[in-house]
Order: sequence, then structure tokens, then C-alpha cells
Amino acid sequence: MKMCRVVGNVVATEKHPVYQGQKLMIVQPLDQHGNDSGTSFLAVDTVQAGPGDRVIVMSEGNGVRQILDMDVQLPIRSLIVGIVDQVDCPAEV
Amino acid sequence: MYLGRVIGTVVASRVAHGLVGSKLLLVQPLDDRLQPNGPVQAAVDTVKAGPDDLVYLVGSREAALALDPWFVPVDAAIVGIVDQLYTPEQTP
Repeated sequence: MKMCRVVGNVVATEKHPVYQGQKLMIVQPLDQHGNDSGTSFLAVDTVQAGPGDRVIVMSEGNGVRQILDMDVQLPIRSLIVGIVDQVDCPAEV
Repeated sequence: MYLGRVIGTVVASRVAHGLVGSKLLLVQPLDDRLQPNGPVQAAVDTVKAGPDDLVYLVGSREAALALDPWFVPVDAAIVGIVDQLYTPEQTP
């Protein structure tokens, strides 16, 4: 799973049915110091995250199917699964 | 899942069995600043997107799940046409 910052969200009316009613956020991966590291991507929110939040994003279809638990095939790969309160990182790499 | 710009159409008469009848579009993946991000790719369209549309796609196995039947050789599928991006927390 990646630690990311929520940059904002995507508004789309014409979309695949399973995305109806889902909040689609733009997330930017971070390193342990909170600096941007890597390319932004999209993730469906399941924990009411908002812009500026530091979140945990999981990118794996099977986990998505378990969490969203809809009985249809889900073309969704990334989910925001947690909002980070604090990161302690005493060991430097 | 990532943003992309539809830049063209791909016509292929001889395709793998599962791809017969699917609409293939040429897409340039983008980042949240709408800057090109990675090579252009062919993706199956499921939302009637057209050239110059800002869209979002799902990749790898989940792309095939956007289609019916879903057991098809697809690793990129357009699953939404973007109306608007709201990016208050974009770094300058």
C-alpha cells in the first residue's frame, strides 16, 4: 500500500456503472518525509478523505472486491483505505 | 487508475478472440497536471469516449472486468469521461 496526499477529486457523469456514487480522488504518492515521490493516480475513497489529507492507498483488485463487496465484477484497482494521523520514522534509510 | 487524453482511434481487423467488436482508442496517460505521463497506449472504450476527451482508465486485470464477457485479453480500459478536475492541493 502507498502513503499518498489527496490532491483533489474527479467529477465525471459519463462512467462505468460501478463508479456511480463513488468518490474518485486524485492522490499523489509520498515518501516517509511527506515529500511528493512518484506519479499521481486515481483512487476511490472509502474513508471520507478530503483534499490535503494524508492517506493509505491500496492498489489491488482482490482487496477492492473484498472491501466494496458488490456482487458484480469491479473494474476498480485503487482504494483509499485509511487516513494517516501520524508517521514516526526514527530509522533513516 | 489514471487520467488520459484520447488522441485517436485504433482499427484492427485481425485481433485476439476476446477483442472482436471492442472499440480501441489511442490514449496518452496524464498526471494530475494533465502533463503526459508515460507512453501512448491503446485502450478499450466502455463509455463512448471520442478524440480529445479527458478520460480516466483502469489498468491491469481490472481493465478486463470493465467488459462483458470479462475474460478478455485487455489491460487498459476507459471507464469514465472527466467533466471537471478539482485540485486544490496541487503543489505549485
